[in-house]
Amino acid sequence: MSIGNMNLTLKVWRQKSTKDKGKMVDYKVANISPDMSFLEMFDVLNEDLITKGDEPIVFDHDCREGICGMCSMFINGRPHGPKDAVTTCQLHMRSFKDGDTIVVEPWRAKAFPVIKDLTVDRSAFDRVIAAGGFISVNTGNAQDANNLPIPKAQADAAFEAAACIGCGACVATCKNASAMLFVSAKISQLALLPQGQPERYKRVQNMVAQMDAEGFGNCTNTGACEAECPKGISLENIARMNRDYYSAKFISEEEG
Amino acid sequence: MGSIANAFSSSIGKKLIMGLTGLFLISFLVIHCFLNSFVFFDNTGVLFNEGAHFMATNWIIRAMEIVLMLGLMLHIVQGARLTFENQAARPEKYAYNNGNANSKWYSRSMGLLGTLLLIFLIVHLSQFWTVSRFTGIPTVDSAGHEDLYAVMKETFKNIWFVVLYVLSMISLAYHLLHGFASTFQTLGWNHKKYTPIIKAVGVWFSILIPLIFAAMPVWIYLGL
Ligand code: HEM
Ligand code: SF4
Ligand code: FES
Repeated sequence: MSIGNMNLTLKVWRQKSTKDKGKMVDYKVANISPDMSFLEMFDVLNEDLITKGDEPIVFDHDCREGICGMCSMFINGRPHGPKDAVTTCQLHMRSFKDGDTIVVEPWRAKAFPVIKDLTVDRSAFDRVIAAGGFISVNTGNAQDANNLPIPKAQADAAFEAAACIGCGACVATCKNASAMLFVSAKISQLALLPQGQPERYKRVQNMVAQMDAEGFGNCTNTGACEAECPKGISLENIARMNRDYYSAKFISEEEG
Repeated sequence: MGSIANAFSSSIGKKLIMGLTGLFLISFLVIHCFLNSFVFFDNTGVLFNEGAHFMATNWIIRAMEIVLMLGLMLHIVQGARLTFENQAARPEKYAYNNGNANSKWYSRSMGLLGTLLLIFLIVHLSQFWTVSRFTGIPTVDSAGHEDLYAVMKETFKNIWFVVLYVLSMISLAYHLLHGFASTFQTLGWNHKKYTPIIKAVGVWFSILIPLIFAAMPVWIYLGL
């Protein structure tokens, strides 16, 4: 493929397995189109490596349209690269200049061990969800709209929290590798709606306990997560989770 | 899982302790700053010594002093614990991390700033607090009160102590620049209307209080 004119130097983290020590390796890519996505640029590089008989670089991706949250790459010191509110798959090469050197690393956190190269194991998030990020009722048939009156502002806030795609950029960028933004979004999307009320205080206790058990760090309110979140999840969710947690521990009778 | 039992040992619980003790230390700063600013208004030191005498003899203040010391220790122990645990949560560091793109350096350096404050506090308490509470102040002023002001004048003849105090107050300013607003977020108060106000008050507080403190040794050194 030679459809563009950008030449770049990449410094990419290569690691054979979870146990391998891993190291940064330099690669040159040529003739990159500015209209390619960052992942497509990696596809070009991998084609090249395969042709040469080298091992291609393993990286996670699925939807390539910013909704699945798989494309975890720490690019030039920032999760999902230099642009705000985009995932790596939605980042275009025009965000870089011809001749640039780009450093690409996997998410780094004790709770997200590297599986291979740029792919990390984010199943810690799944276990946090399994600890309480659901409602225990059968949904039944679709209900009439507005059967349950929900104030607009409340519905909007729940919807904004529900926009979290579980990508883990918040953990990746946080100096403490804390998962508070993710967990608070998953708690808020239910805590803000009537369906989430019955298990509200049990949920927050169990999900926070699981988050701690997974080895994520403690939040110190640096705000890096909110700044880097591709879906604009707000710190207000963390404050809400804290409030719910205090209520759960000190006032409510629901045990975790 | 008991309800209250593990409330303080979880990640949010640890932060709650940091927030509550931090808020308490802030309230202490206000009182300490107010009383000490007497040095600006009377260079004989009588006014300042009277304030110090009141603080040393009032039983409510003495009781609060114990709470303050316990609170400070809790803040330090918990702060150290948070810092170490958080480092352990990322065993392998990034080769290149552009932290300044998404957060303030002082927000990421609370442990370091706190350690600088701790060193300062050890020096500071040994210079004044242990003297006034334990080893005894050698002289009395014209009103017959123990002359803590004289101890202060003696201490700040040394320019290096003046420098240490001023630098430490810069550390305090940055610690508060993050800490003040952070406490309210930790306590769960994040509100579209009030959070901007908290942040603005926090900035003013973080500049003003350390500035007044830093002015004291300079004032005394210059003999004003
Ligand atoms: C007069 C002295 C001090 C004041 C007024 C103060 C105030 C604060 C405040 C308000 C916070 C924010 C709490 C929160 O985010 O909920 C904080 C956090 C913190 N402080 Fe202090 N502090 C003082 C001294 C110290 C000392 C001596 C240390 C020593 C090691 C220290 C270490 C920390 C650490 C590590 C944090 C955690 C950062 C975070 O959670 O955001 N502080 N402090
Ligand atoms: S809160 Fe944002 S950064 Fe964190 S997992 Fe969800 S979408 Fe990704
Ligand atoms: S590949 Fe799905 S969000 Fe990027």
